[in-house]
Amino acid sequence: MSDTSTEKVSTDRAAAAAGATSTAGSDFSRDSTQRSFSGASSDYLARVRGGELGALPALAGLVVLLIIFSVLSSSFLTLNNVANLLSQGAGTALIAMGLVFVLLLGEIDLAAGTGSGVGAAVLALHYTQGGNLLGAMGINVFVIFCLLLLVGAVLAAVTRLWAGTVVSLVGLVIAVVGVPANAYLEILLAVCVGTAIGCITGFLVSRVGIPSFVVTLALFLAWGGVVLQLVGVGGTLGLSDSPVLFAVANRNLPVWGSWLLFALVTGGFAVLSLQRQRSRVRKGLVAAPTSLVLLKIVVLTVLSALATYAMTINRSPNPRLLTVTGVPYVVPVVIVVLVIGTFVLDRTTYGRHVYAVGGNAEAARRAGIDVRKIRMSVFVVSSAIAALGAVVYSSKVGSVDPQAGGGNTLLFAVGAAVIGGTSLFGGRGRIRDAVVGAAVIAIIQNGLGLLNQGAAIVSIVTGLVLLLAASVDAISRRRAPAGR
Amino acid sequence: MTQPILELRGINKSFGPVHVLHDVDLVVRPGEVTALVGDNGAGKSTLVKCIAGIHGTDSGEVLFNGEPVTVAGPRDAAALGIEVVYQDLALCDNLDIVQNMFLGRERTVGGLLDEGAMEEAARDTLASLSVRTVKSVRTSVASLSGGQRQTVAIAKSVLWNSKVVLLDEPTAALGVAQTRQVLDLVRRLADKGLGVLLISHNMNDVVEVSDSVAALYLGRLAAQVPVSETSVGQIVELITSGSSGDLGLARPETVTM
Repeated sequence: MSDTSTEKVSTDRAAAAAGATSTAGSDFSRDSTQRSFSGASSDYLARVRGGELGALPALAGLVVLLIIFSVLSSSFLTLNNVANLLSQGAGTALIAMGLVFVLLLGEIDLAAGTGSGVGAAVLALHYTQGGNLLGAMGINVFVIFCLLLLVGAVLAAVTRLWAGTVVSLVGLVIAVVGVPANAYLEILLAVCVGTAIGCITGFLVSRVGIPSFVVTLALFLAWGGVVLQLVGVGGTLGLSDSPVLFAVANRNLPVWGSWLLFALVTGGFAVLSLQRQRSRVRKGLVAAPTSLVLLKIVVLTVLSALATYAMTINRSPNPRLLTVTGVPYVVPVVIVVLVIGTFVLDRTTYGRHVYAVGGNAEAARRAGIDVRKIRMSVFVVSSAIAALGAVVYSSKVGSVDPQAGGGNTLLFAVGAAVIGGTSLFGGRGRIRDAVVGAAVIAIIQNGLGLLNQGAAIVSIVTGLVLLLAASVDAISRRRAPAGR
Repeated sequence: MTQPILELRGINKSFGPVHVLHDVDLVVRPGEVTALVGDNGAGKSTLVKCIAGIHGTDSGEVLFNGEPVTVAGPRDAAALGIEVVYQDLALCDNLDIVQNMFLGRERTVGGLLDEGAMEEAARDTLASLSVRTVKSVRTSVASLSGGQRQTVAIAKSVLWNSKVVLLDEPTAALGVAQTRQVLDLVRRLADKGLGVLLISHNMNDVVEVSDSVAALYLGRLAAQVPVSETSVGQIVELITSGSSGDLGLARPETVTM
C-alpha cells in the first residue's frame, strides 16, 4: 500500500478487531437511517477539518473582497456596478466551467482562450459580411477553414465521438451553405467551430499521445494567428449594431422575465432536492435531514429573491431619462451551462467516467471505460463552452479584435477554476466552483478599476490571490484523504 | 468430485522466442480455492492473463463448465463470468465504494445514474460477504486501509454474478490483521460456490485457505494436488525444483527453457 495509509493501518486494525466483535448483525446500520440535523452538520465540519474544503475558501474570499471594496469605494456596491460585474465575469465563468472538464482529467487546455477567439472571429465575420464567409475570408482561407471543420468531424468519428462529428458537420454546413446573417445561427456556428477545434486538440492528446500542455501551447499560438488572419491586422469587427449579439452581455431580461427566472431556478431546485431526498428516505438509504434540505431551499430562495428584486429596480444613472431594469441576459446563460454541466457530471454515466479517468486512468481502463474517448471528449466540451464564453466577452466589448481570446483570457479562466477549488491534479472539482472563482476574479478587476488602479496592480493582485488559492488547495490536500 | 468450472488443457504460450507456458493443465472447481504457486518468472501472471483474455494462447484448450470456449479478450472472459482482481488495485481514489464497485457498468434509469439501486446492491454484496469493517458504502476509497481496499476490489468481482474469480496476490501488501480479513473473504467466496484461483507467494496463506494447490515450475505445471495430501515442505520443493518425491515433473534435470 502507499505510505499515506501505513499510518492508518494500526488504528484500522484496532477498529477492525473491535468492529468484528461488537457490530456483528448490525451491518451498515448507520448507512440505512436518515441522519439528524446535528449529525449531518458535524459530518460536514469533520469533512472540512479533514481538508475537503471545496469552494469554501473561495466563498470566504468573495465575502472578504466584497466587504473591502464596499468600504473603499462608494460606487462598488451600486446596482449599476453589480450588474456590470455580472456581465464582466460571465465570459471568464463560462470558459472556466468548460475548463473544469479538462482539469478533472489532470489535463490543461491552454488553447481554450485563443480557440474561443477563432469562434468569435468567425461569428463576427459571418455577421458583418451578411453570411458570406467565402467573400469575407477569400477562397484560400475559406477552403482551409472548411477543411478544419471537416478534419474535426473526421477525427471525432475515428474516436466514435459522434456528438463531436455531428456538431462539427453542422458548422461546416452553415459555412458552406452561406445562410444570411442570423444572430442565433452565428452563436451556433461559433460553438460548432469550438467543437471542431476541441476535436483536433483532443485527438492530438488522446490518440497521438502528445502531452496536453504541449499540444495546447502550440495551438494557443496557432489559433492566435488564425484570429489575426481572420480579423485582419489592426481591424475590428463590430457587433454593437446587432440587436441580439450586442444584447447578450449588455442588455437585461424584462422585469417579468427576471421573476420567471427566479421562479424557475428556485422552484426547480426545491422540487429536485426534495424529490431526491424523499426517494432516498423511501428506499431506506442514507439521506440528508429534511430540515437541512428545507434550510438550503429557504436560503437559496431568500437570496435569489433579494438579488432579483435588486436587479429589477431601475438602476439607470439618469432615472428620469432612461429605465434600466432586469437581470442581465448573461445570468440565465451562465445558469443554464452551470445546471447542465453539473447534471452531466453528477448524474450521468459520462460524468462518472470523467471523474474515474481523472482519479485513476488505469483503473478506468480495466473497468472497460474507453479512456481515450473520454480524454478526447473533455477537450471538445471545453472548447465548445469556451466558444460560448467568447460570444459573451465579444458582446461585452461590442466587437472582435485581433486580440480576441488572447492576453489574459485563458489564464483568468484557469485561475477562476483553481481559485474555486478545482484540483490541477485531476479527479477533484465541480462546475459551480468555477463560477465562484470567476466571481472572485471579476470582483478584483472591477473593484481595483473603481479605485483607479492600473493594469499593473490588477495583475499583481490577481496573481497573488491565485497563489493564495493554490496554497490553500495544496495545504488542504495534504490533510485530505484523497491524497492527490 | 464436482465438475470443474474452469479447466485448462495443454496451454502453450510464447512471447517471441521465449516459451513461457509449456502444456499447462489446470483445474478450478466451484466451491474450492485453488492456489497457484510458483517462483518469480514461473509464468503465474502470464497464465492468469491468458485466462482473463489479456493474452491469447498459442495452443491448448479452455473448458468452461465442461464446454470448450475461446476467450479472445477481457470482455469474453467477463461475459463468461471470469473476474480478475489485480495485484495493483484497480480502484479510483476519488470515488466512493459504490461508484468503484459499479465503475464501467453503472446502472441507469432513463439515461441517468440509478444511485439508489447501486447503493443497495453494493451494500447487499458487502453484507453477504460479511464485510463489517466498512461503516458506510459511501466512504471515499482514498480513506480506506489496504485491507479494506482489497475487500472492495474483491467484492466488486462478486457483484457481477461471476463464476470464477482470479486473485493475483491479494495479500501481498497487507498487514497481519488485514491479511486475515482478506483470507476470510476468499474462503467465503468459495463457500458461496464460486471457483477461486488464488495466486500467492505466502505458503501459510495457501495452506490455510486452499483446497488444492497447483505449482508452476519454469512454465510447466509441476503438480496439482489437494492441500490435505501435501505439506508446506512439499509445496516449496515443487516450486523450487519442480518435483517432490513421486510428485511433480518426472526428470527435472531435462527440463529446459
